[in-house]
Order: sequence, then structure tokens, then C-alpha cells
Amino acid sequence: MTRPSPARSAARALRLLLPVAVTGLAVGTLYLAFFHAARERVMGDIQRIFYFHAPAGLVCFFAFFVTFLASIAYLATRRPVWDIVGRASTEAGLLLCSIVLLTGPLWARPVWGTYWTWEARLTTTLVLWLIYAAYLMVRRYTDDPDQQARFAAVLGIVGFLDVPIVYWSVRVWRGHHPLVLKVSGGGGLEQSMQHAFLGGVATYVALYACLMMLRVPMGRQEEELRWLRERAAAMRDAGSR
Amino acid sequence: MSLPASSSPAARAALNPGVLPGAGREARKAVLVCAKDLRIEWRNLDNLPAMFFFSLLILVIFNFAFDFASSDFRILAPGVLWVAFTFAGVLSFGHSFDLERDADCIQGLRIAPIDPGSLYLGKMMANGVSMLLVELVVLPLSALLFGADLLPVAAPLGAVVLAHTVGFAAVGTLFGAMTARTRRGDVLLPILLFSVSVPLMISAVKSTSALLSEGTLRGEAATWLTMACIFDVVFVTAAYLTFEYVLEE
Repeated sequence: MTRPSPARSAARALRLLLPVAVTGLAVGTLYLAFFHAARERVMGDIQRIFYFHAPAGLVCFFAFFVTFLASIAYLATRRPVWDIVGRASTEAGLLLCSIVLLTGPLWARPVWGTYWTWEARLTTTLVLWLIYAAYLMVRRYTDDPDQQARFAAVLGIVGFLDVPIVYWSVRVWRGHHPLVLKVSGGGGLEQSMQHAFLGGVATYVALYACLMMLRVPMGRQEEELRWLRERAAAMRDAGSR
Repeated sequence: MSLPASSSPAARAALNPGVLPGAGREARKAVLVCAKDLRIEWRNLDNLPAMFFFSLLILVIFNFAFDFASSDFRILAPGVLWVAFTFAGVLSFGHSFDLERDADCIQGLRIAPIDPGSLYLGKMMANGVSMLLVELVVLPLSALLFGADLLPVAAPLGAVVLAHTVGFAAVGTLFGAMTARTRRGDVLLPILLFSVSVPLMISAVKSTSALLSEGTLRGEAATWLTMACIFDVVFVTAAYLTFEYVLEE
């Protein structure tokens, strides 16, 4: 057996390390959120869900932005790896988006008195979820792999262009809703709260990186397997002739 | 390349390089594609009656669901009308590319000397015109059914309807081309269309209802009309640029 290349063993080490890092960061954030961060004056302990909710939202947007870039890169270069990255990032983004949509109502119920309101951010997140769920559905229903990659790339671009328009339209639609939590560069947060918030961001970034590190190689293996199957079928056909 | 003797002067002009400058030539080809689709529709009336009937049916169904008689036309009508128009649109977007699957016509279009973007624009125009035709019949009919007077706002209402129809046709045509080549395309098309066109649906309903209650295209209605125009520009451009990847074999 040949020795694995240094790059490969580094990737393998990273793949083993990342889940450990995610776990560590998650535990750290739990500590920061529940014991370190100050108790919010008006909302009380309920507010602590913010440290899990808002960072997930941020990283979710980032993930869809990666899908957007990967989609452009795929159409420009036609390298399968960009398609795999786009798909992996969408799946991770959709997971994070689901976390946002689940944690939001948990907070909204005691604070706003309702699980759901059609406020700009909430609605935009929901529409985002729908668009990228549709993206994965199109992938599922398209059999030809190249076609699937192209359709997905087009959707990755069109879907992302839609996001600011959705946000703007929902904002005008609902009128001026008070922004309950204003996070502009952390300026509106007390220091201990900032720590917990940053801990949350670090956790979700690590989680995203971890999922990508697992999913992209898996996508490559799927690609390889498909190629081998085609080869085997071609050889079988040649043999039977 | 020599053209068949039977081709029309318009086709000759469109395919003859040197007659028109580049952009004008492509625009001409788009118009030809649109005319072709509309001519096919005119000759066999395969889709328009279904679109019309479907949107009428939606009005009737919603009438039972919401009981228009006991509520204000201006509150319910915009939503109901736009649901009727866009659902009818879905029939058109799907059909537009089913048409080309017959006898592998899409292959012919692909090898024809037409820019994929122009092909897209042509298809989009044909879909838009089909939607507009349905709207042209259904709007007066709804005014009649619900006892509302739309005549004083006819002109601004036309602008609102046109701006939003372009947007729906822009997105619908792109997704129609895509879902014509997937499994369960008939299911995927509305899923894609209605998730991406959420902002357009909002602005369609909002601008129509602002117009119906205020009677002019100022204030709220104007804001929404601007928003629809931005949507149109963004998505026509995006679809124009990406259509070749959707069309590719």
C-alpha cells in the first residue's frame, strides 16, 4: 500500500478534528449563553435562545451565498466539484435555516405572544427555506447528472438574487415592524452577551465547515461511483458483443 | 445557407445577417419565436381556452370559499384575481415547452441560428401575451361578477397588470424550460414558480388593491409598481443570461 499524501492525511485529520471542535464549541457556547451572558432585563432567560438563533441565521445566509458563488463557478468552469460544493452548501444552509425557523417561534411565543408573525425577517427566512427546498427537489427529480448540475446552478443564482427583493417587499408589505433585537456590529449588545453571541457564531461556522468537509468528499465518491458504474456497464456491453 | 422559398419575408429578414444590427436582429428573432408560438396556439387553440376556463373556475371557487357578496370587492378581489392569473400562467409555462417536445422540435430550435437568450425572450413574450389575453377577458368579467366598476382605473390597472405579468412570465418561462425536462415537471413548476415569485405576488396584490381603493397610481401603488419593475429587470436579465444552460443537452 502506498503512503497517503500529506494533503490527504491533513484532510483526514481535519475531518476527525472538526467534529471534536464543533462539540467543544457547542459546549462552550452553552456555558456562555446560560452562565456567562447577563440576564436580559425585559425578556429574561427567554432571550438566551438568541445565541443559538441569530448565529444560525447568519451562517445560513453565508451558506446560501456559497451556493450562489459555487453555482456561478460551475457554469463558468463546468468543474463537477463546484456542483458538489453548491449542493453540500445548500443542504447545510437548509439545515441551519430549519434551526432558525424552529428556534424563532420558541422565542416569539413568550415575547411576542404568538408563535409566528409575518414580520420581514421571519417571512424572508421562510421563503428562503422554500426556495432552497425547491432547489433540492429539482435535483432529486432530474435524472441526468449534468442537467441536474446545470439546473441547480441556475436555481442557485436565481434563488439568491431573489433574497434581497423578498426581504424588501415583505418589509414594505408589513409596514414598520419594531426590530426587537438590533445587532449592528454587536454595538447593541452588552459585553457578556457579545461573548455568547460570538461563541454561537463560531459554533455554527465550525458546524458548517464540518458538514462541508463530510459532504463534499461524499459527493465526490458518489461521482466516482457513478463513473465506475458507467464504465462497468460499458465494459459489460462490450464483453457481451 | 439558402432559405426555403416558402419562408416569409420576416423570416428572411431575421435570418439574413447584415439586414439589421446585432441586437436588432436578435430582437427580431425573439419576435419570430413569439409569433410562432402564438400562431400555433391560434391554429389549434390547445391551451388558451384551458387557461381561461381555469381562471374563471378559480373565481367561482373562491366565490364559494369567501362569499364575495358579503364582502368588499376591493379587499378580496386583488388576491383572488392574481391567484387566478398566475395559476392560468402555470398552464401556459408548462405547455410552452411541451410544445417543443413533440417531434423533438427543441432540437431544431437549438441548432437554429438563434441566441438562446433570444429564444428565451420569444418564449417569454408568447407566455406573457397568453396571460394578458386571459387577463383581458377575466378582469372585465370579474368586474361584472362582483359588481365593481373598473373603467375609471382601466389605464393604471393595465400598467399594473402588464408589469406583473412580465415578471411572472419571466420566471415561469425559465422554470417551464427546466421542468419540461425533469420527472414530475408538472409538480415542480408551480413549486419553483411560487417560491421565487413571492415578492411579485405581494406587489401584484398590494398594487392592485391600492389602485382599487385610491383610484390613482400614486403613493403605495407606485411603490409597488417600482418594485415589480425591479423584479422584472432582475429576472429577465438573469433568465436571459442563464437560459443557455437550461437549454443545453
